[in-house]
Parts: sequence; structure tokens; C-alpha cells
Amino acid sequence: VTRTGPSSDRAHSAFLDALVHDDPVALYDSAPCGFLTTTPDGLVVKTNATLRTWLGRETADLAGVATFGDLLTVGGRIYYETHLAPSLLMQDQVREVALDLVRADGTHFPVLLNASLARGEDGSPRAVRIAVFDATERRRYERDLLEAKERAEASQREAVALARTLQQTLIPPTPPVIPGLDLAAAYHPAGHGAEVGGDFYDVFRVGADEWVVTLGDVCGKGYDAAIVTALVRHTIRALSVGERSPARVLSGLDEVLNRHDTDRFCTAVVLYLVRRDDGWEVTAALGGHPPALLLHADGQLEPVGGRGPLLGILDNATFAEQHLRLRPGDLLLLYTDGVIEGGRGSDMFGEERLLQTVRDAPPRPAELVAAVVGEVLDFQAGTLRDDVAVVALGVADGVRP
Amino acid sequence: VAKVDQLNVSTSGAPGGQPMLFVHGFGCDQHMWRAVAPAFEGDHHVVAFDVVGAGGSDPAAWDPERYSSLEGYADDILEVVRELDLRDVVVVGHSVSAMTAVLAAVAEPDRFAGLVLVGPSPRYVDDEGYRGGFSATDIEDLLASLSSNYLGWSTAMAPVIMGNPERPALGAELTASFCRMDPEIAQQFARVTFLSDCRDALPSVRTPTLVIQCQQDVIAPVEVGEYVAREIPGARLAVLDATGHCPHLSAPEATIAAIRDFLPSAAPVPA
Repeated sequence: VTRTGPSSDRAHSAFLDALVHDDPVALYDSAPCGFLTTTPDGLVVKTNATLRTWLGRETADLAGVATFGDLLTVGGRIYYETHLAPSLLMQDQVREVALDLVRADGTHFPVLLNASLARGEDGSPRAVRIAVFDATERRRYERDLLEAKERAEASQREAVALARTLQQTLIPPTPPVIPGLDLAAAYHPAGHGAEVGGDFYDVFRVGADEWVVTLGDVCGKGYDAAIVTALVRHTIRALSVGERSPARVLSGLDEVLNRHDTDRFCTAVVLYLVRRDDGWEVTAALGGHPPALLLHADGQLEPVGGRGPLLGILDNATFAEQHLRLRPGDLLLLYTDGVIEGGRGSDMFGEERLLQTVRDAPPRPAELVAAVVGEVLDFQAGTLRDDVAVVALGVADGVRP
Repeated sequence: VAKVDQLNVSTSGAPGGQPMLFVHGFGCDQHMWRAVAPAFEGDHHVVAFDVVGAGGSDPAAWDPERYSSLEGYADDILEVVRELDLRDVVVVGHSVSAMTAVLAAVAEPDRFAGLVLVGPSPRYVDDEGYRGGFSATDIEDLLASLSSNYLGWSTAMAPVIMGNPERPALGAELTASFCRMDPEIAQQFARVTFLSDCRDALPSVRTPTLVIQCQQDVIAPVEVGEYVAREIPGARLAVLDATGHCPHLSAPEATIAAIRDFLPSAAPVPA
């Protein structure tokens, strides 16, 4: 290799210069990290200038006088004796240990250290070599991270509590006791319940032995959706005053949603129930919602609820209602699409599984609801992709006049 | 769930021999005994386990309620001994587990034939007329550093396993969990350990006892070892010319010799 020109001359002399300054002794003393050697017992034998400067200590205070433990806080000393020293003896080295060294003036100096145990030819421990890195900023950052983590966990807990509270305003706190009607309901939020879902149900009285049961799903999640859900639920209640036709209630709701400043749509099923003889006369209507399931006492299953489009989309939508009777032994099941569309990978729970669950369940509302919710939760390993609302109705025992 | 499964119990040595149960202390796991326990495999049934939260113990075994005092840890020793149906047991307990061994032996003296207490301390905090080696402020500093130095304590031990040409067996069998502990468990364990006071239990011990003490130990100073040996009726004290809190690692030969010396006094009483 031939070197010509002023630029390579400069490089060459810089190289020689660096060689002199990187002489091992000079490098040891002025390295950008602290060095410390101790006996296997921890007695300090040797330190470099960088470490002494950081700690504000002289060689005379250290070598042959202090133990490594003396340079640590009390907590660090216990940690050293119970964790570090054993690890060194067992594994011959430790890495990235966070400790505080104590300066001559008593202040703490956060460091990260690596240490290795040197052994003699006979395998017995000879010396512990420790490299110390200033970790002041890193430690501050770690503390910030830890605080941020604690804050995030607190916020998460609050969000879940808030979502639950809000959700509870969208469903009756406890399903009402209706003379002659056996009713059970359940709601399960998606995920870990941190977000309020769009599912709702409601049960309210509109006259002597006249009740409305409704269940639905506003598209989307979160507080925006919850506002619309509250609107939908209260609109159904308001329209049901003096209106006995669920189809007309849904038409009214559809118009309210169309005029409302939201692009969220919704699905719902509305049942109007009147007690007659030994059972209930039911008028059902739905908008864009999975049909309700009527399970006859003889085991036959029938989708019911009439026909109607999604609510809040079309102008002048029409809804066809269906009249049916709920006899002793019959069961009526309302559910949101979270039940059948809940997935496991690409596999959906689906209508078939729902029908099978309904057929297999004991023929009482509470058990039916528990069975459906249980199967759906099992299918999705306990964490729901979408929220789920289920209401089941049956004629109460001993209702015959 | 059986405690022997939850606490990663390992057994070796002579199945018909007198049982020796090795219990590690705060920090690390049963591997700490690897330089000492094998020396007794020839004539003893050697049993060791990982204290709850440490090493290969089942995380599900942790219960903040049960382990809110050292009694919970002592109950674990008793449960392991019962489940394995061990009798005339010699317990070798290190550090805090020396004290839980004392509590276990006081609770069920019939099970135990000997206690070997390595670096025991019945109380770490100084008290009137008693020097434990730490002031109340020191222990508060430790507990504060446990909570504020979360990352440092939880991940301090990188799971580095080094090949060692001189001692090829070492390292390969060490688990990545050696000396690692869930920070919350470590924090409560440290609190329970360093704030405990077992001094009252010592005079109730009826089991032959050996105290093994290092000449230089900042965790359990010599005078604490002397105190333990004085308070336990008939206890013997072996002060080893060693430094640190883990003579079973730093001076295994001397530790083995001291235990060997003691074992005849812990021989099973013929029925």
C-alpha cells in the first residue's frame, strides 16, 4: 500500500496518535466506564480513575480498605449478598445489574454493571472484575416508565369501571319481576370490558299485564355509540306509551335515527306482550336484527319476529310484525349478533351451534341464557370479540288461572 | 394441588437413607446447594425444593395472604415433609429459610432429627439489647429500593448461562430462572423476611441444632449466629473462615465438613 497526499498523511499521524492514547494503561484509567477489581470476597483491589472521579473517592479510601458492599446502599448490599454474589459463584458472570453506588458525599450514583469472576488454573475463584456504567438518565427514564405504567394501569381500571357504569345505564340493573312471565337476561362486554358496547336490552310495563321487551345493537362501540344506544332505548320507551304495535314503534325509531345527527345505524327486536289465559300473546317486530327463536314445548324451533330493514338507513322503511302465542313450556330467545358472529379464528359460532345449544339447554329461561352465554364464552376462550346480549322468556310456572 | 409439585421438589441420593431437606433462602433457588448437597447423596435421601416464587416453583402457588408471615413458608416445609412422608428429617436451611425451618421444627418436633441453620438471623433490625445488624431505616431503604428499582430488581439477573471449560457440568443445568423472582413476590418476601422477629421461637426448639456462620457476613453477622446458638438449647456453632452470606457456595468443603461433623447428633432415634 502506498500512501500519498496530505490527507492520508493526516490519517496516518492520527492513527499513531490514537495508538499512544489508547495504550492499555491509559485506556484503563480514562475509559468511558468505571473499572473495579475485587477479591472473590469483595475486597476492593483496584479501581480506575473514571470510577474514582464518579464516586469522589481516592485510591487510598478504596484499595485494600473498602469492600464492594461498602460502596453500595444498604438495599444494594443485601441484593449483592443474596443475589449477585451467589450468581457470580454459580455462573461466573452477571450482566446489566442495576444498582446505586454511594459517593463519598453520601449521594447515590445509579449504575448498570457487568461483572465476571476470574478463576485460577485449579478452578478456584481469584478475582471479580466489575465494569460500571453511568445509568443516571436511564434510571430516571425507567422510573418514568414505571410511573407511566402505573398510571396507565390506573386509567385502564377507571376506563373499565366507567364503561361498566355506562353499560349498566343501557340495560336494566336487574330484570324486572313480571307476574306470569319468567324472564332472564345477560350481557357480556367484548374483550376485557374496557369499552362500552352497543348492545342493549330493556323490559318495561306499558299497561296492566302489558309489557314491552326489546333487545338491540347499535353499530360500533365506545362512548359515541353509547349515546346513540341511550337515544334508541329511550325512544323505544317513549314511543311505546300508547302505541301497541312494535312495527310502528320501529318506524318511529327509524325516523328518529334518520333525523338524528348520527350515521350510526341500529338493529332491534321489539316484543309487545299481553297476558291471556294461561300464557302470553306476543306481537313481534324487528329491524335488521337476527330473528328471535321460539322453542315450542314439543322441541320445535321457529324463527320469529317478522321482517324489517336496518334502522336509521332508509327513508319510509316498513316493518312487518308477527303475532304469536307463548304457551306454558314455550321459550322465546332474543339475542344480538355477537352470539352467532363470535369467532374463533375464521370459525364462527354460527346459527347451527346456537340452535343446538337451545335444543340441548334445560327448558327454563335462566338456564337457557346461562347455556347460550356459556357456550359462546367457551367457544371464544372467555374473551369475546363482540359484545353479547341475550334475553329469554317463558310462561312462569303456576300461572294457569 | 400437591406442594411437592408446586415447589419443584427434587430428590436424589439413597432412598432408604435418612432424609436431608435443603431449603434455600431469599434470592436464587435450590441450585444454590449444588456444591454441598451431592456430598450427602451416598448415605442420605437428599431432598430440595424451590421456595414459593423462586426458581421453578409454580407461580400459581403464590398467595399473598398465606405468605404474609414466615409461618406460611414454614407450613410449606411441613407440607413437603408430610407429602413425601419423611421422618427423622435433617433440615438444612439457609438465611430466612433457616428460621422457617426452626418454626417448622417447633410446630412438629417429631418429624425432625436435626436442624442445620446456615447464616440464620432471627431478627435483622436492631432492638434494645439486640444487634441484628440493620437499623429500621436500613430496612426501609431496602424495601424502598425494592419498590422504586422495579426494573433493576426484576431483571437484574440476565439469564446468562456460560460454558465453563473447567467445570463443564456447571451452567448447563442451571435454569434461566436462577436468581429471578417476580418483583411483587420478591418485594413481599423481602418485607416479611427483613421485618420478621423469630427470637421467641428459639428457646422452644427441641431438635439438635447446628448453626453455620461465616466469619464475615453483612446479612447475618457473627454475633447474630452466636445469639441463635445461645438461645436454642444445646445448639452448636460452627464459625467458618469465610466471607459472605453463602458459605455453601463460597466455602462448600468447610460447610460439608461442619454438617458431617454434626450428623451423628442428628441420627434417627431407634424406635
